[in-house]
Amino acid sequence: MNKYLFYPGCSMEASARAYNVSLMAICETLDLELEEIHDWNCCGATEYLGISLTPAYALISRNLALAAKQANGSHTVVAPCSACYLNLAKADHYMLERPSLGEKVNLALEAGGLQYKPGSLEIRHLLDVIINEIGLDTIKSKVVKPLAGLRVAPYLGCMVPRPDYAHRWSDHEHPDELDRLLKALGAEVIDFPLKTHCCGGHMPQISPSTAFELLRRLIHSAAQYNADLLVTVCPMCQMNLDAFQHEMNRFYRTNYHMPIVFFTQLIGLAFGIKATDLGFGKELVDPRPALDRIGVEIPVSVETKARPKRTKKTGLPMPIMPGDEEVNE
Amino acid sequence: MTTSIQETQLISETSEIPNLRFLEEVSAATAGVARLEMCIQCGTCGGSCPSAADMDHTPRMLFAMIRAGLRDDALRSNTPWICVSCYHCVVRCPQDVHITDVMYTLKSMAIQAKLYKDAKAPDFSQTFVDMVENFGRSYELGLATRHYLKHFPLRLPGMAPMGIGLITKKRMDITPHRIEGIDQLRAILARAKQLEGIS
Repeated sequence: MNKYLFYPGCSMEASARAYNVSLMAICETLDLELEEIHDWNCCGATEYLGISLTPAYALISRNLALAAKQANGSHTVVAPCSACYLNLAKADHYMLERPSLGEKVNLALEAGGLQYKPGSLEIRHLLDVIINEIGLDTIKSKVVKPLAGLRVAPYLGCMVPRPDYAHRWSDHEHPDELDRLLKALGAEVIDFPLKTHCCGGHMPQISPSTAFELLRRLIHSAAQYNADLLVTVCPMCQMNLDAFQHEMNRFYRTNYHMPIVFFTQLIGLAFGIKATDLGFGKELVDPRPALDRIGVEIPVSVETKARPKRTKKTGLPMPIMPGDEEVNE
Repeated sequence: MTTSIQETQLISETSEIPNLRFLEEVSAATAGVARLEMCIQCGTCGGSCPSAADMDHTPRMLFAMIRAGLRDDALRSNTPWICVSCYHCVVRCPQDVHITDVMYTLKSMAIQAKLYKDAKAPDFSQTFVDMVENFGRSYELGLATRHYLKHFPLRLPGMAPMGIGLITKKRMDITPHRIEGIDQLRAILARAKQLEGIS
């Protein structure tokens, strides 16, 4: 049993719900136990760091302090979101590199009755743990429905392989971890040259033209390689490429249709888990045409059929029409 | 001869008196060891930057300005605000300058000195932080509504399908989630702000 402390991060509970659902669905098969850090708070993303130093690091470190307190057995915190992973790792790393920062942060934590000794936790990204702890051999042995015929572009984004304080990745710019994982699932993996380029981060909210250019490069490159879809490890990348693809298309008068899904969703499919249990159907750029080709069916509008059928007969009084048997039943 | 005199005047006109402590000030306010004084002006950072085309100054130029003590010019530059935090320059820098973290420092200094030219990015960060200080978690619907109404009202009609899509697909919560230890978090942040010297 691989047991870890788990820091989900805000987007796992909202925009990247599909990532969360699919991760929980594959945990059992992977023999992976994730214990959520109780009452964790937002890591501040890339926003708080640009406002003021000590509060930003104190915000991140409350999570580290809570995790260290909760740690029983495992001192490894796993984060599925790139920004969360980097912020937690960054705070731990810089408080060691510059002890005065650690002292200040601990003075702040004291106000909440907490403390954290820098270096007492190990911060790792979910993909790192799946590849290096669970291992490709285990994953291969669990594949019951290989993704043969699906042409995928592995896309890591920036903040997982860089700056890589703990030297865990094979390369800063062209790491092959995600490629190897997707190959183990039986997919056809393209050698995606932009696999660690930026999706724009918060730029759609700051300078849309900057963001659209970065999105266009990624989508154009994946399309040139005839990829069926992009596979990501980051909620922010998924959100930007998925939700802003339509606006980007209008901006450049292009007509790209490049779905983007989470790597955990594809692991789930290869393990034979039903698509509806893996959070499929939440995308704005529909992955159905691509997944149809490997025989995966996603029922139309899994989520949008939402309007519940009225079952109670006590509603607003409605005229009963002749032949309206349902009402008279 | 005349041109060089004019150039000298031009620099002293735009930036009163060079602040020679500025490099020190930036380094002190950066997390970790900034190593800014180690920059060899090679330009690898600007060449690696995916968004350099939209910047007033490449990172290399900005670092030269910091070392020359051109405080106000450096803080007025849009460069830190266009930085996408992708760390391409950081892993390529032959001198291990913590470029991304220096950009964060310049942003916070520009906010303190109110020297930024475009309010979109500082407003976005501040709104995000307000939500986090209120709830302990980010609140995307509140953030998006407040930010787009203020800064991109004309983009809203085009974005409506996306917003509705995100809500109906349960990817954006209508109400925020507040953590249990919000009072504890606020106490920690209040102390941290005291230590930072901001009210």
